[in-house]
Order: sequence, then structure tokens, then C-alpha cells
Amino acid sequence: MASPAPLPPADADAGARLVLAEHLLACESATACARAMVEWLARQCGIAVACLGPGDGGAASVCLAAEGLSAPQQLTLARAWDEPASPLFSFRTRPGARWLAADALEGSTFAGGVLAVPLGRPGSPAVALLTLGLSGPGVPPDVAWAAACAGPLLARLLASDARTPRRPEPDRLLRRVINAVSDPVLLTDPEGAVLFANGRAEALLVAGPDASPGRARAVELNQRLFRDTLAQGGATGAGVHRREVPLVDPVEGMDLLFELVTTPVLAPDGPAVVVSVLRNVTDLGRAAQALGESYRKLRATEREARSERHRLDRVLDSVAAPIILSDPTGGMVMMNDPAERLFAQLHDMGEASGRRVRANDALFGSFLSHLLGPENAGVSRWKSQLTLDDPSTGAPVPMEAMANKVLGDQGELTGIVTVFHDRTEVLERARLLERVKEVSSDLEARVLSATAELAEQNEKLRRQAIQLEQASAAKSQFLANMSHEFRTPLNAILGYTNMLLQGVSGEMTPPQRRNLTRIDSNGRHLLEVINEILDITRIEAGRMPLHLTDFGLPELLQEVMAEMDPIIARSKLTVETHLEEGLPGVWTDRQKVKQIVLNLLSNALKFTHEGSVHVSAEYQNGTGILSISVKDTGIGIDLSNQEKIFEDFQQVDSSPTRAYGGTGLGLSICRRLATMLGGRVSLQSSPGQGSTFTLHFPRRARRT
Amino acid sequence: MTNTPEKPKPLVLVVDDYQDAREMYAEYLEFSGFRVAEAKNGQEALDKAFELVPDVILMDLSLPVMDGWEATRRLKGDARTRHIPVVALTGHALKGHSEDANQAGCDAYVTKPCLPDALVDQVKKMIERREAAQAR
Repeated sequence: MASPAPLPPADADAGARLVLAEHLLACESATACARAMVEWLARQCGIAVACLGPGDGGAASVCLAAEGLSAPQQLTLARAWDEPASPLFSFRTRPGARWLAADALEGSTFAGGVLAVPLGRPGSPAVALLTLGLSGPGVPPDVAWAAACAGPLLARLLASDARTPRRPEPDRLLRRVINAVSDPVLLTDPEGAVLFANGRAEALLVAGPDASPGRARAVELNQRLFRDTLAQGGATGAGVHRREVPLVDPVEGMDLLFELVTTPVLAPDGPAVVVSVLRNVTDLGRAAQALGESYRKLRATEREARSERHRLDRVLDSVAAPIILSDPTGGMVMMNDPAERLFAQLHDMGEASGRRVRANDALFGSFLSHLLGPENAGVSRWKSQLTLDDPSTGAPVPMEAMANKVLGDQGELTGIVTVFHDRTEVLERARLLERVKEVSSDLEARVLSATAELAEQNEKLRRQAIQLEQASAAKSQFLANMSHEFRTPLNAILGYTNMLLQGVSGEMTPPQRRNLTRIDSNGRHLLEVINEILDITRIEAGRMPLHLTDFGLPELLQEVMAEMDPIIARSKLTVETHLEEGLPGVWTDRQKVKQIVLNLLSNALKFTHEGSVHVSAEYQNGTGILSISVKDTGIGIDLSNQEKIFEDFQQVDSSPTRAYGGTGLGLSICRRLATMLGGRVSLQSSPGQGSTFTLHFPRRARRT
Repeated sequence: MTNTPEKPKPLVLVVDDYQDAREMYAEYLEFSGFRVAEAKNGQEALDKAFELVPDVILMDLSLPVMDGWEATRRLKGDARTRHIPVVALTGHALKGHSEDANQAGCDAYVTKPCLPDALVDQVKKMIERREAAQAR
């Protein structure tokens, strides 16, 4: 194998070589360096050129740069450089350039043959291989120079690339574009080490050597925060991740909030780099915070409003009267439970109930429309009677609806509150009242008719009384006439008997005299009966006038004793009088007092067989009542007969075989006369113990 | 028993519509030593009184034709008979007020039934009173 002759130096191309040298020196990466060299050679020689070198991760070699070759051709060359069986592989250890015929390589990349030039530090194994499409052996001087220039440079750059991960070098346009983005944009490895940062990102995460300590600290802090956030987010996974990361503005020292959007770029054997975009959401965060705050407030207010509303609901529901709130157009805003029972359409209600509710709603609507009409703009209240239907039963519910306008601060209508009052009870009461009135008027009518009837009855009674009076008067008249008619023949009987007994018609024999005496005594008895009947008749007819005079009782009693003397003399009784000291004079009917005392005394003498009769008189100063008592030791009267004996024609023994005579009228006349005097006759007696009859009468009688 | 002519028996006019009573009183008056004239009613009593001018008149007050009150008023209203005492007889307890009789001009008042001897006592009293008045 002969080494190729060196190419003669081309002086003409010294300017072009200088340009390349400068360019190469400025290169920071092996790829850029290779690219610059390949582009220059292709231009200088006008041939296809490729530079093969180690790929990322050092696994497979790649075509670092190529001109005039397709991508499969580049791939074929790169594989040939790695393939130990390939002739190109030998260049890794053998120094010096060599020409290979086209058939020496598979894939016939270069049709006219290929010149391979190992690149690297002199004396060291080649780090890269320069391949040029040349039709014959012989190394062109430009190729030799460029390889000599770029070889060590490539070796150094590849070594540093191996040390530090190789940074893909975006071209300057892309760099400028990325720098123009206002958001920080970073290219990092998965651990967060910055490979590339645009200007905005550098301001946050990169500190130059001349930075202030504060700025350096802030940047350090930011880097740590950024790395932590990146690590949390599982940046190793595929897909886009969004997270928030709080950073510090290194210049201002303000807290900033960024949204970190990371997009990992995956290599076949794992994540290669991570593209991070930071979006400043500080203002957004603050706004979100403020928004959250106001939202919370809103929620709280809403809760409060809701609880207030619930409370209002409960309050409204607790009211038994239906209440409806309407908006200014008359639409329903809310209603309490009692109102719902009347106006709310429920899903599960029957056809009839639904119809009734709709009817109620319609009624209420027309009621409200009255109030909402323009003619009632000044009216704040509206009252009306509505007869609603009970939805469940269909029974009429008489209601009084009272609507009140609710006005806002400016006096504008904000709503209407309608309260319903059940008038059932009121109506019922009214009905009852009506009924009561009816009944009472009925009663009144009845009372009136009863009164009229009563008046009529009274009139009848009055007439009857008059008739009775007339009848009584007629009776009295009859009795008077009768007694007169009795007296006239009786007068003749007594007169003739008397004359016969006096011997007017000659002397009578003793039997005649005895018989005439019997005629006489019977006639006298008859006369007595007639007289007493006449007395009673006169008293009852009011024709027994009072003749009031002043007199003393002692004289009167003396007179009585004198009159009764023949009878007293015939009896074997002790009769005595006892008058209280200082009896006052009396003003009453002397004749009547005398008649009563005479009657009582003659009774006492008649019913007493042994013992005494005691007449006494006394006066009670306090009451002005005089008492004349006739006390005997006679047969007495048992209690059951003590009232009877004062009645007309009544005696204790009224039998025809009675032991004691008399008309049975004496005591009844006494009682009547005592009544006329304003007094009474009392009796104290028991059988066998005697009797005491007492006349009580006022000292001064009053004319009645 | 001879009657002194200076002292003729006093004449009593008995006026009563009831015959038995009238004759009874008349018989007893005659038995007691009086002359008796009778009248059955007020009118007759007036005629007899004007005709006979009796010493005493017994006048039943309830009489037919003319009652005793009217007859008595007329007798007392007439100068010829004014001086004659009139003894009223009444059986009417209801109307039998002595005042009525007194107003009519009766000089005494007797209630029926009146026994003949009581009546004669009354007549005697009247005559004594008249004689006492005449003696003055």
C-alpha cells in the first residue's frame, strides 16, 4: 500500500482557507466543525463529501456532516465506518489517507471511488473519517490542509462532547426566534441541567460571573426550584406536563409564579432532552387568587343568602296564611307552603286538582293585573275577595287577598307581596250571626206575638176580672137580697113567736111555751147565720167600710165583758181580764175590734167546761202592735186543724152529730176583719191543753 | 082601766109592704096601747099622714110605688107633717146606712129584724121626746 502523494499547496486559495480556519475556531461543537469543513471542501473541490464520527451516546457512528450525499448513502457510510469487516474500519487505527475503488465499498456510495482521510490528533487513533468522492488516488492539497486543520479540533471537540453531553446546536435563526419569545424557554437534560436557555430564561436561571451575590443566590434558588419541579413531574414520561413553579425575580426580588410546560424529547434509549417553557402566571395567579377570593366571598354571600332565604322560607312556611311573592310583572317569585297547596302545580296531582290549581292561578293573575295596571300606579295596596277551589277536594275556599307593593329605594316597584286570609271562618261567623239574627228576629216576632197574645189574655183576664167582679157583685147583691128576703119572713117568725111568748094571744101552756122557745132559738140561730153570711159578703164586696176613731181598750174590753156577762154567769168558769199598765189609746175601727174580741171570748166560753178564761191586752212599743189575747183551759185544737178552723163554714167537728153548735163562720170573719185593721189572728193550742187566740193589730190603722 | 079623754091614745102609722110584718107590728102596738093606721106604700103613707096626722110614723124604707126615703122627705118638706117623728125600718144591711135615713129626715133608725117589743120601746121613746119638747 503506497501512501498517496501530498497535494501541492494552492496559494490561490489562501483566503478561502483563512475563512475556514476562522470558522473552525469559532465552532463550539464537533458537528458544527465537521459541517464547516465538509461544506468548505465540497465548495472548493466540487465533489461529494461526508464526515463520519461518533454519534450521541457513542453507540453507533453517524454522518456528522455531508454534502452531495443522500441520507441512505450517509447511513451506509456510517455503518461501514463501524463495521470491522469494512475497509473503512481499518482507518480507525491506520494513519494516512488512502484511495479505495468504488467496488471496495458496499452500497457504491461514491461511483468513481472514495478517498478516506482519518481525522484526529496526530499519533492518536482517528476520531472521525473524512470521505470524498474522487475518481483516483491522490490527496488534493485543500483536503490535506482541511483535515490537518480540523482533525485536532474535531478530536478536542468530540472529547469535550463526550465529557459534556453534546448540545444540539440550533442554528442562529432558530436561536433568534427562540430569544424573541417573551416566555422563558429552556432545553435541559432530564436532571434539569440547562443545555440551552433563551434570554428570558437566562435572566431567571443563569448568573454570569460578574453577577451580584443577591442575584447569584436568587438564580441558584430558582435553579433548585426548577429542578425540583422538573423532577416531580415525571419528566421522564412521554407527553406534555404542566406544573406551577414559583420563582424569584433575580433583579426585582419579587415572587413570580410560572406555569412550567415540559415536553420531553425521547431518544430510542430514553429521554434525551426536555424542552421547558415557563409562562409567567403571576398576574394570572394573583387574578386567580383574587377571583378565588371573590368567588369564595360570593359563595359565602350566596350561602348566607341561601340560609337567609331558607330562614325566610321557614318563616313564610310557618305562617298559616298563604303568602305569594311576585315580581313586578306579576310572575311568581316564591310562595309558602299554604300557598303552594292552593297554587302549585304538582306532577302527581290528578286531572281535576290540576284544573283547580290552574283556575286558582288564573284568578290570582287577574287579581294582580288590577294592581299592576297603569291606572293603579299610585295604589300601594289592593284588597279583593277571591273564591278559590281547594285543589284536593274542590270545596270553595273563600279568601281575602291583600296585595302590597314592595318599592325599592328609588320608589320603583320591586315586587308584590300577597297575603291571603281564609274567610271561611269569618263567613261562617257571619252566617251564624245572620242565623242568630234570624232566630232572634224570629224570637222577637214570637215574643211580640206572645206579648200580643199575653196582652189579649190580659185583656181577657181583665174582662174576666171585671166579669168576676160583676159576678161577685151580683153574688153579693144576690146574697144581700136573699138575706133581706130571709129576714123579712124571719122577722115575722121571731116577732110572732115573741108576741106569743109575751101572751099577746093569751096565756101559753108550759109545753107550748117550750116549743115556742125552741122556734125562737132556732130562728135566732138562723138569723145569726144569715147575719154572718152577710158580714162576709159585705167584707168581700168591699162594702164593709172602716170607721176609724180614737178610743181606749180598757173601756172596750169592759163593754165586751158586760155584753158577755149573762153567758159568763151561766158558766162555772173563772173569767178575768189583765190589762198592761199604760196601754196607749188606739186609732182604728172600734166596732170591728169589739166584734173580734166578742167572737173569741164566746168561742172560749163555748169550748171550755172547767178552769178559766183569761183576757189580756199588751202593747209592743217598738213595733206599735197591740195584742188582745183570750186564753182558755178548754179542749184545745190539734195542729192539723189549726188552719182549718179559720176557713168558711169549717169547724173541728163538722158532723151533723157534733157536740158544739155555731155557724163555722165566726173565726173566718175574725180573720177578715183583722186583715182590714192591718192585723192578724194567731193561735197557740194543743189538744187538752187549752187554746190561746190573739188579735194583733197596729195602734194606728191606715186606710187602704 | 079608763082612758082619760085629755089623753087620747097616740096614733102610730105603720108603713110596710109586707102584710105579715105590718099586721104583726100593728097588733103588738094595739096590744101595747096605741092606735094604729096602716099603709102599704110611700104614696099611701103620704095620703094617710096628711089625712090622719099620726103621732109617730113607722116607715119601712124599701117600698113599692114610692120608697120610704122619698116619702119621708116629702113629709118633712110639708109643714103639716114636718113635726111628726119618723122611725125608719130597714132590712137592707148593705144599703142600711143610718145616714141615708137621717138625710131623708128620719128621727130614729131600726134595723130589721126588729122584735115587736123593741119597736114599741122605740115608739115610746119618740113620744116621750116629743112631749118633752112640747113641754119646753
